Amino acid sequence: MATIHTFPDSDVKLTVDHVSAYYGKTKAIKDVSFQVPTNAATAIIGPSGCGKSTLIRCLNRMHEVTPDARAEGKVLLDGVNIYTRDPSEVRYRIGMVFQKPNPFPTMSIYKNVCAGLRLNGVRNRGVLDEAVIRALKQAALWDEVKEQIHRPGAHLSGGQQQRLCIARALAVQPEVLLMDEPCSALDPIATAKIEQLIRDLKGQYTIVIVTHNMQQAARVADYTAFMYLGELVEFGPTAAMFETPKETLTEQYLTGRFG
Amino acid sequence: MPGTVSIRRRVTDWTTYVLCLACVVFAIGILVIIVSSSVQHALPAFQGSGVGLFTRAEPLPCSYAPGGIPCNDFGGIEPVLEGTFYLMVLASAIAIPIGVLAGVFLSEYGRNPLGRTLSFLVDVLAGVPSIVVGLFIFSVVLWWQPTIVYSVISGGLALAVIMLPVVVRTTEESLKLVPQSTREAALALGIPRYRSILQIILPNGAGALVTGALLAVARAGGESAPLLLLELQPRIGFTGWTHSIVPIPLLVYLWGFTEPNANWQADAWAAAVTLIGIMLALSLCARFLLKRRLPGSGM
Repeated sequence: MATIHTFPDSDVKLTVDHVSAYYGKTKAIKDVSFQVPTNAATAIIGPSGCGKSTLIRCLNRMHEVTPDARAEGKVLLDGVNIYTRDPSEVRYRIGMVFQKPNPFPTMSIYKNVCAGLRLNGVRNRGVLDEAVIRALKQAALWDEVKEQIHRPGAHLSGGQQQRLCIARALAVQPEVLLMDEPCSALDPIATAKIEQLIRDLKGQYTIVIVTHNMQQAARVADYTAFMYLGELVEFGPTAAMFETPKETLTEQYLTGRFG
Repeated sequence: MPGTVSIRRRVTDWTTYVLCLACVVFAIGILVIIVSSSVQHALPAFQGSGVGLFTRAEPLPCSYAPGGIPCNDFGGIEPVLEGTFYLMVLASAIAIPIGVLAGVFLSEYGRNPLGRTLSFLVDVLAGVPSIVVGLFIFSVVLWWQPTIVYSVISGGLALAVIMLPVVVRTTEESLKLVPQSTREAALALGIPRYRSILQIILPNGAGALVTGALLAVARAGGESAPLLLLELQPRIGFTGWTHSIVPIPLLVYLWGFTEPNANWQADAWAAAVTLIGIMLALSLCARFLLKRRLPGSGM
């Protein structure tokens, strides 16, 4: 059976409790349970098609955007099941960064970053200005864009666009930040910057990152979940798991025998 | 042997090419003839009235005017320009908001069997002959307000029905071009759906949306069948929404087909040229906007 590390309740931000997910009749996630610790980075790794992205989308109900997709089970944010709350509220508290940078093409850098606040009713210019500067600094983008903050966000490079998307997600001060393969569309230098960013941010935010790159998981994550064919095989501290995996499947994957 | 096959193939190839080219030339030729003959017929009116053609409200050729009254051999078509303007304003005011919102529904909420059925029905509406639309509006207004059957309101309503499917369809298509990742980005920020549609998705498709509206106006501006809901009084401009008015296509019909006076016929041709010019300008604007890709017509 799967080897799942557990935490004392006071350290837990998100609890994934017997979650299964379906696309139509296909079961993509099979009864997954684990805990995501507060203010740490947790990686989800596994071969293509193992359900990593589906699982992370279940954590802020983004899977509901996909037609025919549905989930069962509970996801608790500070003990409250997000499936009993309003999806907008859940996503406001649990932000997300996607595989491909997706800044709003009609908006300036400034408007992109404050979109989450502005379109949720924040009007105060001072509050918005402050949030934009703070988020851009947190996303290590401020120095590069401070002169051109009112220019279109789509004019930035791919790596800058992804950091803009991270700033946009951080501007609403979410409690959890989900990242779905945030570096897979980026070159190695841009990837290194994002990884550094994740290491800097994980003290203040609870981060869950999906990656197909196990070295990346080893570099940024404190805890790692290994998934295979929709099941959670092993979850534990990254270093321990990479050195001495408890499950045969994990060992085979980490040593490159499949995946 | 291979040589003969190759010659036969080359001849067939060449013949097909020439045949296709000839058909294109034929089609374009008709356009050239229509435009040039219209301009030719309209020339006397343009020369006779000059700019006054577009500003004069009382087309009263001297041959018809009693002695002593100031007259001009060529009238003006100002009243029908007003006619087209007011009808299009009313039709656009009705069809564009309804059409855009319906297009939003089909694109954003209609990705299911219901949406696909409604989308098909919009195509059916686009296929209803305009004379039937005219008859329908006639019957509706007759039941609703019999006194204004012949009015700007009923004419505008009929044109709005004709514009509606064009606006719905272009809105739907242009919003479907907005990448799904943009929608997801908005939802992932916890932005309520209506806000993300109004402030993120619609501005993204704005360029194509304006194009669609212009094409719809161009389509309706040349319609004549539903305008039989108007009294044929080409000398009177806009006097109120409940009164009748005559737009350009009707003047073309009235003076072009039924008027023996050669000067008035020239006026009808001038009106036709003006109509072609307006349609052309609208189409060019639409093309220009589509090409320039207003910030975020999808990118």
